Amino acid sequence: MTSRYFLGSISIVITLYCLFSCNMELSVETMQYATNGQKLYVTHCQNCHGNKGEGLGKLYPPLTDVNFLNENRNKLACIVKNGMSGEITVNNIKFNQLMPGVPELTSIDIAYVLTYVTTYFGDSKTHFKKEEIEEYLRNCN
Amino acid sequence: MKHLPAVLCAAILCSYVLISCSPSSRKLPIYGERTPVEKEVDGKQVVDTLYHTIPNFSLLNQDSVMLSQDFFKDKIYVANFFFTHCPSICPTMQRNLLKAYEKYKGNEKIAFLSHSIDFKYDQPSVLKDYANKLGVDNEQWQFVTGSKADVYGLAEKYMVYTKEDANVAGGYDHQGYLVIIDPEKRIRGAYDGTDDEQVKKLLEDLDVILAEYK
Repeated sequence: MTSRYFLGSISIVITLYCLFSCNMELSVETMQYATNGQKLYVTHCQNCHGNKGEGLGKLYPPLTDVNFLNENRNKLACIVKNGMSGEITVNNIKFNQLMPGVPELTSIDIAYVLTYVTTYFGDSKTHFKKEEIEEYLRNCN
Repeated sequence: MKHLPAVLCAAILCSYVLISCSPSSRKLPIYGERTPVEKEVDGKQVVDTLYHTIPNFSLLNQDSVMLSQDFFKDKIYVANFFFTHCPSICPTMQRNLLKAYEKYKGNEKIAFLSHSIDFKYDQPSVLKDYANKLGVDNEQWQFVTGSKADVYGLAEKYMVYTKEDANVAGGYDHQGYLVIIDPEKRIRGAYDGTDDEQVKKLLEDLDVILAEYK
């Protein structure tokens, strides 16, 4: 009996630790950026990319490919603002569909929406800063 | 005998419960204008009702084959209007119709029909590519294109608003309804394809109408 109680209390401690530490991983500011970004995501991105970033078939790529998000972190702002065309590989599947950009989004809007995408669908623990986005946008192809 | 009222009440209650709970009791309504017509049957005048129906059509499908109502003979089908590079409601609507397609895949009683309202760009090869990428791999879901007059005229018959409009994203304005048509070509339901609750209702109602035409 005692060993069962012991195991039980250990698992409770581990669960609480996980819950606590998971919440602590994102700073309050990052959480705020992500929350603002979610609203923009619903308006501008969700129709095609889905409410869980799952994409749609081989038409619209998912936004859940952690490697793609990390490797292209400095290109994401330009993709959102100006759209993209040509073949890309996401989650090992090839996509080749024109994506329209959302030119009316401001730098801070793009910081919000990318923070949402990279923290909720990817594994990023930090937010995009406005100045960072402005720098990326100056270097779009 | 003094128990009679109570027995009667119980009987009525029981039959009410039985009727309302049996799945076959619910039938989908028939939409649209109806016209009473008098006709003679066995020498007697009887009144019959003519319902609003979808007329026959001839439209080119994703395989460049002419598609008509013959394809949907004895079938229930779900129709909608979209275009392949639509940036607004179409992806959500098609994502939801795909749920219905996957649920009823292989069921010969049910088919799906997507009309493109972009008569300029959506040629059969474009529709074929779109269907493949969406994940449609049998002929149960048809994608069709036709002249503006043909497709927009049909949309009216399905009671779905469509309009070429340079002021909206993508260049075409339209409603995202998923419309159930029965084997007699009558409209039996229309559901907002962008609303999760309504799409759930569509899936339920397809079961109801399948039971009607078993």
